[in-house]
Amino acid sequence: MSTYSYKDLILFGEGLKVYFSLARSLTEVLTFKKGRNVRAVDGVNIYLPRNKVTCLVGESGCGKTTLGRSIIGLIRPTEGRIYYKPSKELEELMEKEGVPKREGFYDITDVSGKIYKLLRRELQIVFQDPYGSLNPRMTVKEILEEPLIIHGIGESEDERLEMVIKALTDVKLTPPEEFLNLYPFQLSGGQRQRVNIARALILGAKVVVADEPVSMLDVSIRAEILKLMLDLKENRDLTYLFITHDLAVASIICDYINIMYLGKIVERGPTDEVIKNPKHPYTQALLVAVPQPDPKGRWVIKEVPIKGEVPSAINIPPGCRFHPRCLYAMDICQREEPPEYLVGKDHYSACWLHKEKK
Amino acid sequence: MPLLEVKGLKIYYFTLRGVVKAVDNVSFTLEKGESLAIVGESGSGKSTLGYGLIRLVPPPGRIVEGEIILDGTDLTKLPESRIRREIRWKRISMVFQGALNALNPVKRVGDQIVDAILAHESVTKKEALQRAMELLKAVGIDPRRVNNYPHEFSGGMKQRVVIAMALALNPDIVIADEPTTALDVVVQAQILNLLKKLKQERKMSIILITHDLSLVAELADKVAIMYGGKLVEIGSSDDIYTDPKHPYTKGLMASIPRLGGKKELYWIPGNPPDLRSPPPGCRFHPRCPYAMDICRVKEPPYYNIKGVSVACWLFEEKKSGG
Ligand SMILES: Nc1ncnc2c1ncn2[C@@H]1O[C@H](COP(=O)(O)OP(=O)(O)OP(=O)(O)O)[C@@H](O)[C@H]1O
Ligand SMILES: Nc1ncnc2c1ncn2[C@@H]1O[C@H](COP(=O)(O)OP(=O)(O)OP(=O)(O)O)[C@@H](O)[C@H]1O
Ligand code: SF4
Ligand code: SF4
Ligand SMILES: [Mg+2]
Ligand SMILES: [Mg+2]
Repeated sequence: MSTYSYKDLILFGEGLKVYFSLARSLTEVLTFKKGRNVRAVDGVNIYLPRNKVTCLVGESGCGKTTLGRSIIGLIRPTEGRIYYKPSKELEELMEKEGVPKREGFYDITDVSGKIYKLLRRELQIVFQDPYGSLNPRMTVKEILEEPLIIHGIGESEDERLEMVIKALTDVKLTPPEEFLNLYPFQLSGGQRQRVNIARALILGAKVVVADEPVSMLDVSIRAEILKLMLDLKENRDLTYLFITHDLAVASIICDYINIMYLGKIVERGPTDEVIKNPKHPYTQALLVAVPQPDPKGRWVIKEVPIKGEVPSAINIPPGCRFHPRCLYAMDICQREEPPEYLVGKDHYSACWLHKEKK
Repeated sequence: MPLLEVKGLKIYYFTLRGVVKAVDNVSFTLEKGESLAIVGESGSGKSTLGYGLIRLVPPPGRIVEGEIILDGTDLTKLPESRIRREIRWKRISMVFQGALNALNPVKRVGDQIVDAILAHESVTKKEALQRAMELLKAVGIDPRRVNNYPHEFSGGMKQRVVIAMALALNPDIVIADEPTTALDVVVQAQILNLLKKLKQERKMSIILITHDLSLVAELADKVAIMYGGKLVEIGSSDDIYTDPKHPYTKGLMASIPRLGGKKELYWIPGNPPDLRSPPPGCRFHPRCPYAMDICRVKEPPYYNIKGVSVACWLFEEKKSGG
């Protein structure tokens, strides 16, 4: 359990697990072996303080996208609950329908179709790929109008057009009239990502999962999109779960950081704390590995304090899942999963090393 | 005499919709054992430059003008047969962008390296296999895995295999095009270490092509900044990082997020040019905060400022003043 004060949160998930079952191979069928699972998310607590940027950082395949999608209801978690503090309008409906409550939050893990559809408006996602995520055969206007039509918003086409124009202006695609009839291929990468953001916000999003929103853009324009996202957060009281594999970006834009390894969050806390004072051996290794723009680095072979390679999410090591790669692994690490230890203000690390030090 | 000297190289793509001037009047030198980074944004012509150096520019592209002088021989003048026999892979090799995903999935990695050797040298299959195992060892892969298939390897290991293939004929120069782009930071650091070791132990020259300035600092002795098909600044790594001169280099330098650095977001407004119709004058002028009248009409020449070569009109006065 966390010391986060619940009143500061807008959404949180506890004990989350998302398992994907793999098709059984022929030998497995013939030998009556049980089917295997990909444990993409394997026991995670995640907290999103309202109007803050919370980052989820980790290597490819560690479960970031799966976790992000699950907390906004796009994937049903195998285990665990997700709690959300909705808008007034939705709250009334949830109250009426008797959605279970805890500490002033509504449990949105299983909700009826009607509430689910309203939740979709408030919990949104921006995808990594500004190329693949927009339908190439639709104009910008059609792309932005689509969610309005699906959700039955806007009385007339004119009214919807007005909303589309407002959305384009909000993401600084101006003058908006010039963009309405363009197709995605006529836009630059940065402009496409703006359209993506406009689409996520047009229904009045409250929480946005931003899944690597700038990693495919050129370095010289990334910051412009990040700044836009931060401004929108301020102006519209948004809350972000910002997914990235880039610790340097995370260190600049995030208020809180979560370090994920093989389906688990191994360290979390306020960004500066985690970056300047990393406690978990995995976080420490990641930080050493980040390339530094200092030409003196070319004279040294950089020893990253980590062994081997990331195991598959199908065969997660027992005990501490990091133990085969950890330079500090002890006996207990091979047998028992470490709990989260409080190692600083709001700063947690799941590692047995902190046990003695208590 | 430098190992490699590129002079006034122009590589254009002749497409139905117009001529793309992907590499436009590029010059630089590379010494033996030196590492040069070519840094630029997507579409600035980095890969095309690499293809040009090993004479593998894909159609509708071709080398239009310029010289590529390797040890005194101009490669642009050699017939393809001689390039294939004497130069490509033997003197200059290239690790292609995304090559790790282009390994043949149904062929053992060892055999893929063996094929690369046999295609160019008359050795027995056994000897080639022996070499393949030594190469795997050199790139940090257990040689006993020579019979594995690519899918049994992680992304980092596949990239090592691709590097091993580029080393197979012991070239003087290896061009590595975005060798770590799709890899995680830990693996990225390991691949960089590998390239550093190869450079030190084999006195190999490396041309690193990348968009990532942080990465460059970890490897390059010399840096060339590419913008819209042109090199806008070339200098030693120390000069470029401590005292960038060209406004684009400055902007790029300020745009890289730094761990533990200032929490400021900086970017260069606007977008890189369309190389089919690049802006007249200095190609950076639509995005440049210092643009002057002359920048919009006349292309800046190179100025030599204390060993750094920079193409920008801002240095006009300084030159005449000495
Ligand atoms: N629909 C699915 N079916 C089976 N396995 C899946 C599915 N989606 C994801 N996985 C697996 O779950 C694990 C976590 O994947 P996920 O996409 O969440 O990782 P990620 O951290 O977002 O990675 P990346 O940085 O590459 O985007 C991976 O092993 C992946 O192969
Ligand atoms: N086969 C081709 N036909 C026509 N134009 C091409 C071809 N290949 C590349 N180009 C164009 O040439 C220019 C330079 O491309 P190139 O791939 O060399 O850039 P790059 O700097 O390597 O980019 P990236 O960082 O995305 O790899 C681009 O404008 C590109 O669209
Ligand atoms: S619990 Fe043990 S193996 Fe895991 S990170 Fe800590 S010391 Fe390493
Ligand atoms: S030549 Fe002019 S436009 Fe180009 S970089 Fe220099 S000042 Fe800017
Ligand atoms: Mg992902
Ligand atoms: Mg390229």
